[in-house]
Amino acid sequence: MTLHAERKQLVAPGELLAEGPYFAGENTYREGGKIFASRIGMADVIGNKLIVVPIKGAYIPRIDDLVLGRVTDIGMSGWQVDICAPYPAMLPMSETPMRRDRESGRRDLGSIHGVGDLVLAQVIAFDRTRDPLLTTKGRGLGKITSGRVARISPAKIPRIIGKQGSMITMLKKETGTDIIAGQNGVILATGKNPDQERIAAEAIYMIEREAHTSGLTDRVKAMIQERMKGKTIA
Amino acid sequence: MSATQQFSPVAKLEQKTVVDLILKGKRVDERGPLDYRPLTIMLGTVEKANGSAYVYLGKTKVLAGIKVETGTPFPDTPDEGILTVNSEFVPLASPTFEAGPPNENSIELARVVDRGIRESKAIDLKKLCIDPGKKVFMVFVDVYVLDHDGNLIDAAAMAALGALVSAKMRAFEVHNGELKYKDEKIPLPMLNYPVPTTSVKIDGTIVLDPCLEEEQVMSCRLTVTTDKDDKVCAMQKGGLGVFTPDEVKQIVSTSISKSRDLREKILSKVK
Amino acid sequence: MRNDPAVKLIDSKGLRVDGRRLDELRPIKMEVGILDKANGSAYIEHGKNKILAAVYGPREAHPKHIALADRAVVRCRYHMAPFSVDERKSPAPSRRELELSKVIRESLEPAIMSEYFPRATIDIFIEVLQADAGTRCAGITAASLALADAGIPMRELVAACAAGKIEGKVILDLSDIEDKKGEADLPVALLPKSNVISLIQMDGSLSDEEFRQALDLSTDACRKIYEMQREALKLKYHIVRDGTEDKEEMAEVKA
Repeated sequence: MTLHAERKQLVAPGELLAEGPYFAGENTYREGGKIFASRIGMADVIGNKLIVVPIKGAYIPRIDDLVLGRVTDIGMSGWQVDICAPYPAMLPMSETPMRRDRESGRRDLGSIHGVGDLVLAQVIAFDRTRDPLLTTKGRGLGKITSGRVARISPAKIPRIIGKQGSMITMLKKETGTDIIAGQNGVILATGKNPDQERIAAEAIYMIEREAHTSGLTDRVKAMIQERMKGKTIA
Repeated sequence: MSATQQFSPVAKLEQKTVVDLILKGKRVDERGPLDYRPLTIMLGTVEKANGSAYVYLGKTKVLAGIKVETGTPFPDTPDEGILTVNSEFVPLASPTFEAGPPNENSIELARVVDRGIRESKAIDLKKLCIDPGKKVFMVFVDVYVLDHDGNLIDAAAMAALGALVSAKMRAFEVHNGELKYKDEKIPLPMLNYPVPTTSVKIDGTIVLDPCLEEEQVMSCRLTVTTDKDDKVCAMQKGGLGVFTPDEVKQIVSTSISKSRDLREKILSKVK
Repeated sequence: MRNDPAVKLIDSKGLRVDGRRLDELRPIKMEVGILDKANGSAYIEHGKNKILAAVYGPREAHPKHIALADRAVVRCRYHMAPFSVDERKSPAPSRRELELSKVIRESLEPAIMSEYFPRATIDIFIEVLQADAGTRCAGITAASLALADAGIPMRELVAACAAGKIEGKVILDLSDIEDKKGEADLPVALLPKSNVISLIQMDGSLSDEEFRQALDLSTDACRKIYEMQREALKLKYHIVRDGTEDKEEMAEVKA
């Protein structure tokens, strides 16, 4: 039973992490009693489970994820939504809070969400065989008509949120905007004026760029305060 | 762009049958792991071609034809004739073959056959020069796959070799760069006789000369072409699997001895 | 063209035209993550070869019918720039490029855990900006880095290098002139952790014994190149390691 990787050590695919009775967790694999990294990232040990926290990678949907997506097509019974994943998502009519029109049998879907609309939705189903299924039933979900969008690598979303939401709370407070971070790397900042939203987006890109550095929260905060000087927060 | 292809069109149970046999040292057609299927080669079946060979390798059928024409040499080899190998996976040979421009499998096959002939210096291309820099003979090898039951590369290369060694061109003389044909016919200026053998790896076991059912379950294949002096002159690995270095060395040694038998068989057909 | 007596490829001291020993690699430089838009990218200079590799994906399969139900389709395009060689190369893909695209894809696929992304595609683009013999090997080395940089799950990296023969001697890593005038070329790609070969091709003339020597030489070189690949990957993210000192902060990353 030997641990070959230190905690937080940067590892490359194929790198030996441990031998013996450990579990192979996320982004690792077992081969002949040994555990290896399968992605570039930072090794970590949780109990006797080894994982690699990825630095980069595509967004792979998980059930309950909050995502911001763009309507790309309107079908017979719902909408196709691009959620920046390898799979197109489906938002069925039955998963929207809209009521069916008893007169015509069904509503004109285009009048609810048109192609190009941005929607905030939650993933309710996804597995190897089925494309992700979305819902907009829920508070705050549905079409987004104002605010500023920032797109970053989905692997950096945990950093935007921060430990127990510390980073995102600071962002909201300092910029005076409301921020929704989609797990798919799409972030929405909504403020009372465009300046606030722009500064919030700048801060988000700064976090993405410097995600791996220490003391980041303080530096982002200082940057925001500097940029907010002379801007009115109504 | 080269893309991953659908691997096997047969059910898992059918795949298992093939693999289980191989693990027991047997094969679907009752051969041993290193046995080659019966090879039948008929030379000169297409009279209009300068040379031709019809190869049956088990149920795989390949026809190769040679055409000799004149043309302009490549600028970097002004005093050498030109060799061109082309292959067609004709749609009648398999439900998976489609009409249209050659796909990557057909291009790979032609290039592996070409490499064997070229690298073993099988044809004395210098003797095919008419007027340096201006006019040379061009040897076209066209390989037609007619029935696909596996190991197309070996069948195609042996058909090409058979067609080349049996090919006849009109005798010629060159006077001040002028080409004059004579009445008699002469063989192509052959110097070497490259023969490939292909092995595949199936669940860790190496078998020679795969049939189609075996190709459908193989992880990878290795083609080794050797010449009349037992030198390796071309190699090609294919498929998504991997070989250990020792497996490769073993396959090369096996191929050298197997190709000797096959070469003898082909050459014995030439009168 | 081969065996031209006018050119000496090995001098009296046993050194090659560019001053290398028989078993010496050309200088190699690698850089990871140099393109902005690609999900992963890498640049390699191997001798005078200058090659860019980029990876997009896993992404939605287009056209849809190419998708596979149980794994991602890996697509690969090896392409040479028209100005990469002495005489302008037509930008249309040649038969050589089509074949190399296939064997390069097959050399990388054993390392890629494509089963994680059914119905999706992973696209690999290799552009040879300057060619100097051994482009397929350098392309594989760079593409493997680009795949890792894209965060694609892989069993390990793939490293590649050729061996060959000049003037009767088995040598490592042929240069352009050695490739043109030499007697054999044996490109090999290795998965170094498992010690298995995912690409092997050969042209020229080698005896059984010479082949064994050349194979050993190239696989040893692949292991050296693998170490360089790991360094290049870590260099790209080296600040990450510095940042890890602040454990408090890094705990957030896996929240």
